[in-house]
Amino acid sequence: MAIDRWIALVILMLCLAYGYAAYFTMDQLLPPIMKQRPIWPSTFPKVLAIGGILMSLSVLLNLEKTPEKTDPADINLSRLGEYKVGQALMLLGLMVAYALLLRPLGFLGATFLFLTAGSYILGERRYVLMAVVAAIAAGFIWYLVDAVLGIFLSPLPSFMNGV
Amino acid sequence: MLEGLMTGLATAFTFTNILMVIGGCLIGTFIGMLPGLGPMSIIAIMIPVAITIGDPSAALILLAGVYYGAVFGGSTSSILINAPGVASTVATSFDGYPMTRQGKAGKALTVAAISSFAGGTVGAVLLMVFAPALASVALLFHSSEYFALMVVGLSAIAAFAGTGQVSKALLMTFLGLIMATVGEGVLFNAPRFTMGIMDLQSGFGFITLAMAMFALPEAIYLVLDPNRSKTGDGASNEIKDLRITKDEAKRITPVIGRQSIQGFFIGVLPGAGATIASFLGYAVERNIASKEEQEQFGKGSVKGIAAPESANNAACTGSFVPLLTLGIPGSGTTAILLGALIALNVSPGPRLMIDEPQIFWAVIISMYLGNLVLLILNLPLIPYIAKVLAVPRNYLIPFILFFTLMGAYIGQNNATELLILVGFGVCATLLRFADYPLAPLLIGFILGPLLENNFSRAMQLYDGIGFIWERPMTLALLVLAVILVVLPSYRQRRARNRAEGVADGD
Repeated sequence: MAIDRWIALVILMLCLAYGYAAYFTMDQLLPPIMKQRPIWPSTFPKVLAIGGILMSLSVLLNLEKTPEKTDPADINLSRLGEYKVGQALMLLGLMVAYALLLRPLGFLGATFLFLTAGSYILGERRYVLMAVVAAIAAGFIWYLVDAVLGIFLSPLPSFMNGV
Repeated sequence: MLEGLMTGLATAFTFTNILMVIGGCLIGTFIGMLPGLGPMSIIAIMIPVAITIGDPSAALILLAGVYYGAVFGGSTSSILINAPGVASTVATSFDGYPMTRQGKAGKALTVAAISSFAGGTVGAVLLMVFAPALASVALLFHSSEYFALMVVGLSAIAAFAGTGQVSKALLMTFLGLIMATVGEGVLFNAPRFTMGIMDLQSGFGFITLAMAMFALPEAIYLVLDPNRSKTGDGASNEIKDLRITKDEAKRITPVIGRQSIQGFFIGVLPGAGATIASFLGYAVERNIASKEEQEQFGKGSVKGIAAPESANNAACTGSFVPLLTLGIPGSGTTAILLGALIALNVSPGPRLMIDEPQIFWAVIISMYLGNLVLLILNLPLIPYIAKVLAVPRNYLIPFILFFTLMGAYIGQNNATELLILVGFGVCATLLRFADYPLAPLLIGFILGPLLENNFSRAMQLYDGIGFIWERPMTLALLVLAVILVVLPSYRQRRARNRAEGVADGD
């Protein structure tokens, strides 16, 4: 089974769970007075669940013939090994690390590390240039966001800010 | 009207107000280019600055300038790095980014600048002439028509987003609508589908989702396949070709004319706005184009850039009609503007034109000025803007990822949002692997709450779904929506039958 039909199967499961919640569990806590109205919080989700289920079934059962992919720019999944999957996964990991370290390390430290590590993962080995670019960018963006735009971004690690 | 126009000219052509227009457009363009910072967040950020100015005309002129600048900046990032920070420029990336990849980034930006200018200017003229009349037309629309109009918008989006795969596009639309129901709605004061998770109480963030659907998968694709990023080595010749040929100008002129007018009228309708205008504009132009030109759409057609760009700028202008004449915000952005006006002690509504004509007309005059500033500033700036492409891949990708993260973080100021972003980004990349169109998901998500609100209001008014057949306009719009969905499959089937030599009965 092709990947698009696997995904349709997953979405079908999601829609079934969503529909189950909309049809069977959501209205249990609804006050009696609300039940006299023509529209309930579950009305619209019920319609959506049916639409989602029908459409995912249509893709899953291949009811509509899909044209063959002709765009050479698309990633060919059968040749996944030829692509730089490792780099992509490492960068995703780096983004998660950034999310977790943004507060403890502060904006400046976390951004500097993110930009240098990102370039390193992609194969950059000019360490001085990497560090200079990351430091200038982190400082400039912090100044722009915090001082010019007035959005507070804690620049320093939490223990130094007393936050 | 002439008297009002003169008052407007006198107010707009003061030194301070001209500075406001130029400053607003510049700030808007540069910040709007950063993926994730759309007009809504930029205007919200600029509100304290505008209030400090004190003069309502100057403040509104500044904010309007920021609005246009941000929309133009959004198209620039859509074209150059396929990262539309604004929903209304998603359609621009369909053809803008393929053109960049063919080394025609300069040309794409020129078409975008000219179309934006023309759309904005035509919009301003129409606003001046039709503002009072159009306001009464918009008043005739009830919630059931708004609901039907949004269904038409969503069907059109699904119909064109997936060529030959309408079910996938519709499935994505439903998924977007389903995601929009997560969290606490305006209509019902109870959280829905949050699974007890506190962070989902306010629903998913639009900017996070937009970043996850577009910027992140593109960055991941760039990492996976280094051949995709022609940046660094090939960038020097990317911006050579700024000029458009006579033939291209001839081809885009009718598109710009049609879409400026259509975009404006869609923008006037509250709830429709620049996003629907740009998608509908794209869909309409694609459908009426000749067969060879239709093939070009999505692969770098100049018409595919001209249509959404003129439509979204005209719609931005159009969205000022209900705001200025009725005091009803037609979009999120104008809602923020409404807040700013109230903070400045101005109450927009039918009496604004009578009580404070200088504000009303100065804003209209500043729209001409704003469009002129965008054209004069942005066209010469194009080669410098396109320098983004000259940044080596090793640096560009971490920066795209970083701006994606910042866009989501600034919007919500919550680190959990970043984790949601990465999670959705991975899902979106898988969906892209499987050839699912992602734009319908995002549009469904944006229109979800509006669709549900209007649907609920119509249900309450008519005590059930009777509004569908009791209001002919609603019925007609819904029928149109069905036709839009069925037509591409029908045409495709007919074409296939013909290709296979099967007689199809006509």
